[in-house]
Amino acid sequence: MHNFTITQLIDGLKNRVFSSTEITQHFLSRIKTLDPAFNSVITLTEGQAIEAARLADQQLAKGDSAPLCGIPVLHKDIFCTNGVRTSCGSKMLDNFVPPYDATVVENFKNSGAIMLGKTNMDEFAMGSSNETSFYGPVKNPWATNSVPGGSSGGSAAAIAARLAPGATATDTGGSIRQPAALCGITGLKPTYGRVSRWGMVAFASSLDQAGPMARTAEDCALLLNCMASYDNKDSTCVDRPVPNYSANLGDSIKGLRIGIPKEYFSEGLNAGTEKAVRESLAEYEKMGAELVEISLPNTGLSVPAYYVIAPAEASANLSRFDGVKYGHRCDNPKDLEDLYRRTRAEGFGDEVQRRILIGTYCLSAGYYDAYYGKAQQVRELIRQDFTQAFEKVDLIMGPTCPSPAFEFGSKGNDPVAMYLEDIYTISTNLAGLPGMSLPCGMVDKKPVGLQIIGNYFDEARMLNAAHQFQQVTDWHTQAPEGIES
Amino acid sequence: MSIEKQTIENLATLARLEIDDQRVEEISQRLGSVLELVDQLQAADTNNLMDNSHAPQATQRLREDKVTESDQRDAFQAIAPDTEDGLYLVPKVID
Repeated sequence: MHNFTITQLIDGLKNRVFSSTEITQHFLSRIKTLDPAFNSVITLTEGQAIEAARLADQQLAKGDSAPLCGIPVLHKDIFCTNGVRTSCGSKMLDNFVPPYDATVVENFKNSGAIMLGKTNMDEFAMGSSNETSFYGPVKNPWATNSVPGGSSGGSAAAIAARLAPGATATDTGGSIRQPAALCGITGLKPTYGRVSRWGMVAFASSLDQAGPMARTAEDCALLLNCMASYDNKDSTCVDRPVPNYSANLGDSIKGLRIGIPKEYFSEGLNAGTEKAVRESLAEYEKMGAELVEISLPNTGLSVPAYYVIAPAEASANLSRFDGVKYGHRCDNPKDLEDLYRRTRAEGFGDEVQRRILIGTYCLSAGYYDAYYGKAQQVRELIRQDFTQAFEKVDLIMGPTCPSPAFEFGSKGNDPVAMYLEDIYTISTNLAGLPGMSLPCGMVDKKPVGLQIIGNYFDEARMLNAAHQFQQVTDWHTQAPEGIES
Repeated sequence: MSIEKQTIENLATLARLEIDDQRVEEISQRLGSVLELVDQLQAADTNNLMDNSHAPQATQRLREDKVTESDQRDAFQAIAPDTEDGLYLVPKVID
């Protein structure tokens, strides 16, 4: 049952092959049995899930047509869930139980989906390896000595281990696509403004965007249909009709122009990863697509620009955690200043503190223009690179990450080595473009991700191209050893 | 590149973070290596460029000035570390 895709589960529910209660109990029991080895779930909402599944079965019996009625999903622990702890992977919010649902969570409830629990993540979504979580690292189901990627590593690992058929995730610099690549699943970061950020704990507000993770592009389309919405409560949410992302999956991609950025195949790219990506591009050629070499000349500036903009916005966003209204508070503060300083030093982990300090530095008097102002201008350069490229091509493709999953601790002492992990994913966040990753090969028994970057609001075309690839390849159906049965 | 102790202490004050003396050295090293990375920006030619703080160049909307939220003070204060009579409690600020 856990090998079924969401699409197959929906069919099975409609045709009474199994009930939502049966599926929900099956996945709950898998989480309880298997997840101690992976640590992908922070909070299991068993009682709520069983009750919701019972109600879903009643709805299904009545012929309810809510699109995800009875389908179990996991939510990244960055989305506020009414009455259920939302930790954001931090000691700061270890005791935080929100009194409301994020818009994304509400959309899933309205679509009839069942929440199984909340997934592990890098603290405040700051990390590419899941090593910064207060709840301990998530292990990659393909190789438990290796990272699952981050920050949405819990959601990605849970799907790879067949603990849930789909999950929510967020992406600020690659946090959906990189873990999707390293765990061998499919994940999509939509255009900035496509999905509401309301109720999603803020990291870098001009970059953060929520999106779906599942095993196939077809399932991601179903989940995006539910996640994408216009929301008055998020002033950056774009008021634009949500298309049916499932409608054009079957279209032919003959004549599709695919841009291959030469900067994505340069120094630092693992040879096996490059081979897998090039073979996938050859598949696209066989399907009638045309490959066009393009240049994104400012790619090298994306990591430096990101590590000014993201920490600057984070330092402002995280100033709200002060021990007064919710979350952690230090014991016996001697005065208000002491309350702030010790609460924050105790509640935030090392990487979060480091980014707050960098952001504070870049925004402080005398440095603002040289760092923050300059980074915003570079961001414009990067956007122009893409605008020019999309005059010549329909989609851009390349590797999602430079290499397959690395071992725990291998990038430990140098934050910059970890930051370079996101070299191919960060520029789409800076430009606000949609990007996705899908499985396209294996290197040393670890998955490789193919990245697809689309023009603004062109998610349907990306999903179509990904789905067509998944009709002629079987990388997305492979499971880690010991998981399939 | 490393950052002076005085700078770290100043940042810690601005960011309201308590930093022990024994952590200053390590933080200085790590911040230094990140600043080396971001200093690559200085080489970029950005003359005559607008800064791009909102990626898809969207305009901000205005909404009607009317109350849409109900009073949820009790629910919000139920999760606060310390409250009294509907107020959030903090250490004494004025003698």
